[in-house]
Amino acid sequence: MNEKILTTDHISMEFGGLRAVSDFSLEIAPGEIVGLIGPNGAGKTTVFNMITGVYTPTSGKIFFKDRDITGLKTDRITSLGIARTFQNIRLFESMSVLENVMISKHLRLKANLAEAVMNLPRYRHARQQHYDECMELLKKVQLDRLVNEKATSLPYGKQRRLEIVRALATEPAILLLDEPAAGMNPNESMELMDFIAQLREEFKLTVLMIEHHMEVVMGICERIYVLDYGVALADGNPAEIQNNPAVIEAYLGAVELDA
Amino acid sequence: MDKRKGMKTILTIALLAGTGLLLFGVQNNLDSFQIRILNLAAIYTILGLSMNLVIGFTGMFSLGHSGFMCVGAYTAAILTMSPASKELIYYMEPINPILAQIQWPVFPAILAAGLVAAIFGLLVGIPALRLRDDYLAIATLGFAEIIRIVVTNTISITNGSLGLKNIPSIRSIWVYWGCAIITIIILKRIINSSWGYAFKAIRDNEIAAEAMGISIFKHKLLSFTIGAFFAGVAGALMGFIITSIDPTMFRFLFTFQILLIVVLGGMGSLTGTVISAIVITIMMEVLRFVEGPINLLGIISIPGLPGMRMVIFSLGLLMVILFYRQGLMGTREFNWDWLLKWFGRSKSVERGDSI
Amino acid sequence: MSMDSFLQNIANSITLGSLYALIAIGYTMVYGIIRLINFAHADLLMVAAYVAFYGIFIFALPWWVAFAIAVVLTTLLGVGIEKVAYRPLRNAPRISVLISAIGVSFLLENIGIVALGARPKPFPRPEDLVWNIHAGNISFLSLTIIIPIVTGLLLLAVTFMVKKTKIGIAMRAVSRDFETSSLMAVDVNKVVGTTFAVGSALAAVGGLLWSLQYPQVDPLMGVFPGLKCFIAAVMGGIGSIPGAMLGGFLLGTMEVMLVGFMPGLSGYRDAFAFIILILILLFKPGGILGENVVEKV
Repeated sequence: MNEKILTTDHISMEFGGLRAVSDFSLEIAPGEIVGLIGPNGAGKTTVFNMITGVYTPTSGKIFFKDRDITGLKTDRITSLGIARTFQNIRLFESMSVLENVMISKHLRLKANLAEAVMNLPRYRHARQQHYDECMELLKKVQLDRLVNEKATSLPYGKQRRLEIVRALATEPAILLLDEPAAGMNPNESMELMDFIAQLREEFKLTVLMIEHHMEVVMGICERIYVLDYGVALADGNPAEIQNNPAVIEAYLGAVELDA
Repeated sequence: MDKRKGMKTILTIALLAGTGLLLFGVQNNLDSFQIRILNLAAIYTILGLSMNLVIGFTGMFSLGHSGFMCVGAYTAAILTMSPASKELIYYMEPINPILAQIQWPVFPAILAAGLVAAIFGLLVGIPALRLRDDYLAIATLGFAEIIRIVVTNTISITNGSLGLKNIPSIRSIWVYWGCAIITIIILKRIINSSWGYAFKAIRDNEIAAEAMGISIFKHKLLSFTIGAFFAGVAGALMGFIITSIDPTMFRFLFTFQILLIVVLGGMGSLTGTVISAIVITIMMEVLRFVEGPINLLGIISIPGLPGMRMVIFSLGLLMVILFYRQGLMGTREFNWDWLLKWFGRSKSVERGDSI
Repeated sequence: MSMDSFLQNIANSITLGSLYALIAIGYTMVYGIIRLINFAHADLLMVAAYVAFYGIFIFALPWWVAFAIAVVLTTLLGVGIEKVAYRPLRNAPRISVLISAIGVSFLLENIGIVALGARPKPFPRPEDLVWNIHAGNISFLSLTIIIPIVTGLLLLAVTFMVKKTKIGIAMRAVSRDFETSSLMAVDVNKVVGTTFAVGSALAAVGGLLWSLQYPQVDPLMGVFPGLKCFIAAVMGGIGSIPGAMLGGFLLGTMEVMLVGFMPGLSGYRDAFAFIILILILLFKPGGILGENVVEKV
């Protein structure tokens, strides 16, 4: 294996008699922004769930930086460097904006509970560092002035940004975004595109995203995989995908008339 | 910012000192009955807080608290009873010889009670915490019952259904409230720590918490075990205040009373639990009068209604859960910021600032 | 064990199993439809027993009238509880409705203690209903035959209702998919209410038969049978009516056999049921007849 950061090798997911994903392979090189598209119910989120360990593929393997991560638990996978956001925003409702982001630092905490209870220096310094890092991130997305607001009281667009920042705080190498532009108007989508590109630069990230907004996908993704009924339909750069007859057919009637 | 922090530290020290003075005053001025009530309130505070950690802060609906109390109570009792008492009390079957000669001082015994309870917490948690909400409730209830039944039947260790008497009696308010205050401080530190955040995240959205790198099982087990530890401590204290324990004390009724305290105070608020525990303990005593005959003006006599207290409390629980689910404090905590804000506001009013 | 006592144990198993099955169905139906462990279910047992008791002793009603009234009133109570204590919390977090159920259970038990006295009272055994039967060397109560027959008939009736009637089909739809059913013009409230009605009625009958078999009533009489019947329902597959029947008979049989073959362990009789519960929850939470459900992310 050369320097691909993420590879799925013929993964399939079966639920009872239903095959949600069949034989899907992808590979992503470090630093790429890759899209995963397909009609609703095509199995895209299932692919995410397999990569992040929520489901164990019924067959096939997944490699992250040359390491077999198939079947590992989600929290382990996150600690290795894969972070994600969710299709339906999953913020921590009882907690503030800042607290939501601070959660992501817990896995990197090098102190133990006893030190926390006795408020020893090692713990205090670690926490201070977390606080600083989180505030930095929040400043980048202009959420720093809302740090003490309840996370779910934010407008929808800001909540999506918060979720992305929260995932970023886990210090990932690759970021999996599940429909980050959902519910956004064209302006917000453009901003999001710039934002993702910025993040990639600044944090040396790789990005894999599921998206339905075609202008976002075509605008920012360097390569795109297309999934339909759990099966890989095509992959290539935006131009190739846009002119692929099978893709067009799969999408006929299902595409958002945004362009 | 530093000035604020300094102020808060001063306020906290003042609070602790004030509490100390209060306890001193109480110990020397109230009669033994009233002190007993307050000591009981301390025990219920510890119980409520430990249950709130598990149910309110981590979102695990565990109904097994009484089992851990039972373990703690028996551990402390067996460790502190004099060998002479033991010989006397264990007359159905002689006590296990290893335990017969042990006699520890109080504080190590309390610690041991907590640790043994924590071990049981681990044993129960490892299988049980994989289960969902409603199943977890029944499973923990089942485990508590199993513990109780085992205690009733391992006569050479626990004296079975006869229970244990002549447990050393402790009346000092410092012991009970000392433990309670330490519990409050420790749990507050835990809740405000990174682990506390992790617990709350698990409660709010388990799937997202896992995705942010939090090992769900490990953290649930941690929370559960800590809860069991403090339940064991409370159980030990229970033995010292009542001086006799038996398995029927630790039925589900007990867990229900603590649940009541937690729900009323607000699942997710330490402050609420403390207030609720004190209020309910006092009310339980006050309401005893409902269960005894009432004499109105010496003319009319209303016969007592045993069980009426629980009717009132059950109704109370239902009212709260149906109409005011947040309880008293919801997920809010008392903190110095409130107080400072309040003072700040009234100061600025005096100065004539606009708000 | 001698043949006679073995037969006796078999008879007891069938009797106890029938009683457990009747009550377990109520748990499973309610859980199947709104995912609630109705802690208050078993207390309805107690209510029915007391209504019948007072009907016979205070109002001097013929037993079958008292029994009928008991069933009707208990059913109404069950439906009322759902409306007042569970329905308002249908959209609240699950813990809330569980707490409410616990609260209702405690309320019923303690109102019982206050109003009826905590001391057990003897339950009447009407001569037309309960008499001794002799067969060779063994003698047993008519109940040993009556209880399984009544249970069997009721189980058939419930199965028929769930499979063939409109409301029964609606019940199955709602238990499969609550949200979609309500979008499909199914009157969910009516379905839930009917479920509670049927379950409560069965609990009432179970309570009356229980009191005939073990002729003592006290306000807490429902507590342990309740827990065990829930365990039986889980054992058979929570949400499955045949499962509840199966679980009830299995648990009843196991309990009787445990005490019969190993009388030294009879103190652990109740713990035994809990151990079974925990083993099932850990290894096959779907129960014997249940399905394995995967949660959607």
